[in-house]
Amino acid sequence: MRAVHDEFHGDLMEVSMGPHHPSTHGVFRMNVVLDGERIVKLKPVFGYLHRNHEKLGEGMTWLASMPFTDRLDYLCAMTNNWAYALAVERLTGLQPPERAEYIRVVLAELTRLLNHTCLAGFLLQDTGAMGTPLMYAFREREKILDLFEALSGSRMMCNYQRFGGCRVDVSPAWLAAARKVVDAYPRFLDEFEALVTGNEIVMARTQGVGRVAPELAVAAGVTGPMLRACGVDYDIRKVDGYGLYPRFHFRVPLGDHGDTYDRYMIRVLEMRESIGILKQAIDGIPDGPILDPKAKGRGLRPPAGEAYGRIEGPKGEIGFFLVSDGTPNPSRYRVRAPSFVNLTILEDMCLGHTVADAVVILGSIDIVLGEVDR
Amino acid sequence: MSDATTTTITEEQRAELRRHGILLTSLQELYNWGRSNSVWPLQFGLACCAIEMIAASMARFDIARFGSEVFRPSPRQADLLIVSGTVTKKMAPQVVRLWNQMPEPKYCIAMGACAISGGPFKQGYNVLKGIDRYIPVDVYVPGCPPRPEALLHGLMKLQEKIRAQPLAGPDAPRHLRADDPCVYPVPECGATDLEPPFNPEVWKPPTLVRDDA
Repeated sequence: MRAVHDEFHGDLMEVSMGPHHPSTHGVFRMNVVLDGERIVKLKPVFGYLHRNHEKLGEGMTWLASMPFTDRLDYLCAMTNNWAYALAVERLTGLQPPERAEYIRVVLAELTRLLNHTCLAGFLLQDTGAMGTPLMYAFREREKILDLFEALSGSRMMCNYQRFGGCRVDVSPAWLAAARKVVDAYPRFLDEFEALVTGNEIVMARTQGVGRVAPELAVAAGVTGPMLRACGVDYDIRKVDGYGLYPRFHFRVPLGDHGDTYDRYMIRVLEMRESIGILKQAIDGIPDGPILDPKAKGRGLRPPAGEAYGRIEGPKGEIGFFLVSDGTPNPSRYRVRAPSFVNLTILEDMCLGHTVADAVVILGSIDIVLGEVDR
Repeated sequence: MSDATTTTITEEQRAELRRHGILLTSLQELYNWGRSNSVWPLQFGLACCAIEMIAASMARFDIARFGSEVFRPSPRQADLLIVSGTVTKKMAPQVVRLWNQMPEPKYCIAMGACAISGGPFKQGYNVLKGIDRYIPVDVYVPGCPPRPEALLHGLMKLQEKIRAQPLAGPDAPRHLRADDPCVYPVPECGATDLEPPFNPEVWKPPTLVRDDA
């Protein structure tokens, strides 16, 4: 580290990046203390999108919170729905039929493709590749959103899962359309990788940047692709086996450097695994009902108790902790948001790097401010 | 035959001239035409709606067809503020400050239920119940979030509005009127709410008239 009080670097400078800044992924603010261009201190400031999600959840019926979970992480509405439905199902003892479980897996993996594709686009945008990768990413996003729209009636805010199953059934035509999108996806990934993965500038900007030690990641509670990029083999689909995941064959890709490039690569590899799961799930989907006959949307009064439902969301462990006292609304409603927890080690990742690197590091964490601030 | 200097040309005559390759126009029309086809939005996203705003600028919806693909990172270079997403009370001063930093002529689109009224989060203590309490909104695009097509429709409505603007008189835009300061007070975080809670210049809440029986 350079001496602070020499002739040229007498003073440290504090810069406030955000809340309106083109590269903060929304309304996030970083207060960075700079020595020249190097970051010596960084303080994240949240709360610019605090929408009282948890407090509103305590005032509403159980079902009425479902559309609000869509708006938590607005790129992954389907997985948020699932995590919340899972928590309520644990509270009430509802059991989704097999067909509904299959549909959930299909939608969750489509969401993973959607999220990782968008992230790769945004990350490349942050490195300064204006436009092109993001255009590619959003082209693929539209294909998946078309599927969501055909199924649930909405592009982004699907409000699709229900306690004990799903809202509407999938048709054979929908499954065929989904299969078509899935079959075409590897070609997009190849194209995208040809553009990005071996790119000299991308490698120079991301390799060795924002390293995370596995011990630090585990200690901070980091989950998802960010944790696996450090080489920690922890995937809730494997270790907790919710839904029908134990039935499907897939591998958990691991990185070994824990840097920004690994975090990008892990996501690409995960997308390839997701395609495999999707093919198995779409082909194996059985006939049958999609809702538990005991399921009740309105007027649901789970017995008093507490439950925690967690799933492996695209960003990491998304969990809902719910406490019921037997009334039509939860007495405690708490979200464990992966973006927020992953963001806590931002300072450790950025120290010693330049401001330009901090932008890329933030991009590789994959935050959505709706989930960070709630 | 009437005096040529006082005759106003009719639409039919103008169309006839246009067929012969002669284009007659007014300064106002030319000025508005130019401005309406180069509305540059500020690169400014708040929440979910911002993703759909980005989608509107991407390949399928292609906002470039309307001359608005240049999302500027600096308010100094933009003339359209798309308030896309939930404005919280912590963020509202920043939004108003950005609006003040944009040079006139400038326009504002409130995109989505949250920007219009607080939307589904209206009950929250920290959510502003509509950005039109602090800055003048030209076009409201409803939806939660609105589809990119809806935003494009809002943009087209804004273009229509710009094309119809007179350059003089009481209906002239803000920047051409001496009486309008064009700068809006930035609220501050008070003890319980933003101070002031709204700007009475731009937001006039409906007065409830009750029959006292």
